[in-house]
Amino acid sequence: MSDTPDPVVARNPSETVASFDHHSRGALDRVQHFLHRYPTMVPVIVLVLSVAAFGLIAPNFFSAFNLSLILQQVAVVGTLAAAQSLVVLTAGIDLSVGAVMVMVSVIMGRLSVEWGIPVPISILIGLAVGAATGALNGALVTRLKLPPFITTLGTWNIFLALNYYLSNRETIRSQTLDAEAPLLKFFGERFTLGGAVLTYGVVLMIIVFAVLWYALYQTAWGRRVYAVGDDPEAAALAGIQTKRVLMSVYVVSGIICALAAWSSIGRVGSVSPTSFFEANLESITAVVIGGISLFGGRGSILGPLIGALIVGVFNSGLRLAGVDVLWQLFATGWLIIVAVAIDQWIRKISS
Amino acid sequence: MTEPLLSARNLVKRYGRVTAMDHADFDLYPGEILAVIGDNGAGKSSLIKAISGAVQPDEGEIRLDGKPVSFASPLEARRAGIETVYQTLALSPALSISDNMFMGREIQRPGFLGKWLGMLDKPAMDAFARQKLSELGLMTIQNINQPVETLSGGQRQGVAVARAAAFGSRVIILDEPTAALGVKESRRVLDLILDVRSRGIPIVLISHNMPHVFEVADRIHIHRLGRRLCVINPKDHTMSDAVAYMTGARVPEGIAA
Repeated sequence: MSDTPDPVVARNPSETVASFDHHSRGALDRVQHFLHRYPTMVPVIVLVLSVAAFGLIAPNFFSAFNLSLILQQVAVVGTLAAAQSLVVLTAGIDLSVGAVMVMVSVIMGRLSVEWGIPVPISILIGLAVGAATGALNGALVTRLKLPPFITTLGTWNIFLALNYYLSNRETIRSQTLDAEAPLLKFFGERFTLGGAVLTYGVVLMIIVFAVLWYALYQTAWGRRVYAVGDDPEAAALAGIQTKRVLMSVYVVSGIICALAAWSSIGRVGSVSPTSFFEANLESITAVVIGGISLFGGRGSILGPLIGALIVGVFNSGLRLAGVDVLWQLFATGWLIIVAVAIDQWIRKISS
Repeated sequence: MTEPLLSARNLVKRYGRVTAMDHADFDLYPGEILAVIGDNGAGKSSLIKAISGAVQPDEGEIRLDGKPVSFASPLEARRAGIETVYQTLALSPALSISDNMFMGREIQRPGFLGKWLGMLDKPAMDAFARQKLSELGLMTIQNINQPVETLSGGQRQGVAVARAAAFGSRVIILDEPTAALGVKESRRVLDLILDVRSRGIPIVLISHNMPHVFEVADRIHIHRLGRRLCVINPKDHTMSDAVAYMTGARVPEGIAA
């Protein structure tokens, strides 16, 4: 029936046109398939091109000092982007990561300075609070079945309010931290590596990504995270306890937010309840530019690291080139749109 | 006659006022292909869901190897050796063939790496997946690590069947395995089904496709109005007989109207 080949079509005079069409699609097809297989190549190419371009137009861009400065600048948002990536891989989104980070930094600072609790214990409590915020988000998503966007829109406001309440809207000054809790500023400490000046915050970011890479690609947990994000119903029928996987993702994400909080204290030098107000959106930006699909289950965990670096490179390059700050926003905006458009295009392969 | 491997008696399932199963019976014998056919709404999917653990019957009894069993979830049925290939296949399109084969039952490395770091034994998993696919003649698939979404419909079906057959299961349930496939691919899947039977694993085949059913089934279970109407031998009946029984246009011999 429909399977019988129709000879009329084969001899159609429009055949040459059709084969031309097919040929040009063939080249594009290959690009599509390549990107489908290596989704991280998009941000890698963008990063390489933008570094090369700014190296040409911006004076001093290529200095080791400037490149290491970019790393320092993206360390906190990059770490936060790692937390965000996990949630996005499950087809969720976490608007509360920034608020969790600031709240936990306030908790670590307050406990150490006002309450006189030993700093390591304050840090552990901070990490536990981070895990608890993740557990709250995870419980709302898995038990009450609320959409992650709405859940975290709610908890974002809640954590922000708690942050102001706990901090009394007061900043803990740098000198106070130096005197009473220098360990909180650990990730801001610098060391040199062949002309580059790095902070331990940069090292933390890289370690977080390395550990996540291992967990996502080399353990059963990671494969399940991808499966749940890809198609939750299929994953459940294949015998995965999807709720448990989702819950673990939110808890791990919360712990990483708490690590980012510790790192942020070192970066800012003080504990300020009003810092990093846009960190949640910046983390989503890094994730999207890094090629992780907002529809879940697709993309490499190393993408967001590169995505954060791209934003850093654009900001630094445009500033060194003497361009008005507004164009940094403008460029970032287009990067997001292009990244999502490419993701949509790559995803068409499956249909 | 031998004892049924899997049987059900008097299964009842009500959804509010709707009775999806009305004292339904079911028998599957070792080594056979049993087709389950019935009109839409006859309750055959409820029956299959009860056997595969996706639905819990309100009344009745299911026996596996003569022992009563009750499955609270598909996972429990799977642990008991009942593998189901759903119509949707339950594959993760973005993950590799190997990942999909082992979804939910991954192999970890021996020793420290596996025990403490949870490291997967990818070489072992890939080798096992490759072996299972080639056993079922599916080695036209070149790369065990290619994403499932790059496979054709028939190949995907093949991966899902291979996954079910790979884990030494007692029973394989196939839900409409050829519904989404073309003629050639259907052919491959039917061969695959016969191949699995030749390994001694009994198969429950749910299908609307009469030619396929009559070609591969040893016995045909006809479901009507929430219960088993009859079981026929495809050699003794024609397709139009089966359709007539299914729709109620005719009543099989020996059954009170």
